[in-house]
Amino acid sequence: MRLTPKSATLIVLALLVAITPFFFPSGYYYRVGALLFVNGIAVTGIVILTGYAGQISLGHAGFAGIGAYACALAPVHWGLHPALAAVLGAAISAVLAYLVGRPILRLKGYYLGVATLGFGILVSMVLNNERQLTRGPDGIEVADLGLREVLKGWGLNLTNGEFWYFFCGLCLIIGAWLALNLHNSPTGRALRALHGSEVAARTVGVDVARFKLQAFVISAVYASVAGSLLALQNKFITPDVAGFMHSVEMVTMAVLGGVGSVLGAIFGAGILTLLPQVLTVFAEYEQMVLGLVMLLVMIFLREGLLPSILKKFWGKDE
Amino acid sequence: MSDLLSIEGLGISFGGLKAVNDVSFRVRPGEIVSVIGPNGAGKTTLFNMISGVYLPGAGRVMLDGADVTGMEPHLLARRGMSRTFQNLQIFQSMTVLENVITGYHLQEKGPVVADILGLPSSRRRARKAMAGARELLERVGLTRAAEREAGNLSYGSLKRLEIARALALDPKVLLLDEPAAGCNAVETEEIDHLIAEVAASGVAILLVEHDMKMVMRISNHIVVLDHGEKIAEGDPATVSQNPAVIAAYLGAENAHG
Repeated sequence: MRLTPKSATLIVLALLVAITPFFFPSGYYYRVGALLFVNGIAVTGIVILTGYAGQISLGHAGFAGIGAYACALAPVHWGLHPALAAVLGAAISAVLAYLVGRPILRLKGYYLGVATLGFGILVSMVLNNERQLTRGPDGIEVADLGLREVLKGWGLNLTNGEFWYFFCGLCLIIGAWLALNLHNSPTGRALRALHGSEVAARTVGVDVARFKLQAFVISAVYASVAGSLLALQNKFITPDVAGFMHSVEMVTMAVLGGVGSVLGAIFGAGILTLLPQVLTVFAEYEQMVLGLVMLLVMIFLREGLLPSILKKFWGKDE
Repeated sequence: MSDLLSIEGLGISFGGLKAVNDVSFRVRPGEIVSVIGPNGAGKTTLFNMISGVYLPGAGRVMLDGADVTGMEPHLLARRGMSRTFQNLQIFQSMTVLENVITGYHLQEKGPVVADILGLPSSRRRARKAMAGARELLERVGLTRAAEREAGNLSYGSLKRLEIARALALDPKVLLLDEPAAGCNAVETEEIDHLIAEVAASGVAILLVEHDMKMVMRISNHIVVLDHGEKIAEGDPATVSQNPAVIAAYLGAENAHG
């Protein structure tokens, strides 16, 4: 029996989440793993927007910022449970993506890239400057999700690191599953069609503007959820989460691993999350390395690392 | 029978130059109407106006009794117009089968939430489209290539793939822009049969084609363009006798051949 790419991806991810902890030299690596999964979620959203629909965003960190600060602010100001705050953040991100995307996505070319860039900067500026609300660049603490205590009550006693590792791992698997469902669905086909040839997609009846907008909204929700998870596990968040560098990081991870495939993009997220851990010097040269990686991948491995590797080993069939 | 497609005084200018000027004709159900003319006569421009890619500067396009002038292509698709392209517009990185399934977009689309959750309703829609697509691939002889990436197909196969995708819309009006260009004699004949078959099922077909033998063989009616103007029209026998046509087009062709 041949595995479909969908089940293969999900099995690989599940094994990865379940087995790697056995090789962790210390509890610290749970944290690194959780961070990797959070990045994986954000990048899966980029796969839907860029890999499926062929649209570019340089401002998705803005949505991550909204997700993160929703978790910081809504529990304090409205007494919302942090989990509901994350849902609220996702809803706000979706609405904003719809409002921002609607006028832009009707246009062609690079307008989307530039406009999203502006959107990201705007969110970042608000988070930095509205001190009485966000406490500005110093950051703000975030309430505890409380799920770990609930699990403890059920007799499942996890350390903080373990809890966030498995929780984010589970979220990533769900996120990947949804994205893979989309890939082979009528909507996914319409997205990939308009990516391949917009004029042909129109002639078969695809409402191109509408489907681009859907992809944009869905990917914004992914980024928002990733931002929420980041804020909740750190119990603290700074406006950097919405910064331009974070947006670029997301795109770089996806492009490096392979923006056309969910597993590839997560692979890219893995590499760029682990690299700074392995090479401490990397932190200093991060921007330079990101730029270089982008350049080399674009020149030599247009499809990204993972698809290129798979092609090499399995031949053209994958 | 009433007209399915009626072109009334259609015209467009690019930078002051009249690319197409005051062209009128009609296509009835089951009829094959061909637009011919030398290179640069404005055939593809005319096609692009009819199919909503360009906004006409003058005139009207009537589809099944309704004015659809300048309507966006995806809305025209809903009203039953479908087309192929002179320089192929294939979804390169999708499989051959997926390309044709995409032609069923209007039938298979549904709530995005159902699609993202992989609900049974979404799968049902997709399965139905896939069954139809497989039948169409069979019809154009591409069954064996179904799972291949479309970008890897030969030119002739891609031409047929595009026709299959256009047929997936179950169109009332089908616009074919040089469907046999770049195809060998056998492939041309296959496409010939296919077009005749589609027309016989009651579809109105508008054809742009360079292969004069094919045009003369399958057309019910021919419209001749030169420098963006209609210089003649009629059945194949009449048109091929028309002195203006011979001078503008057939003459040039004969001189080369």
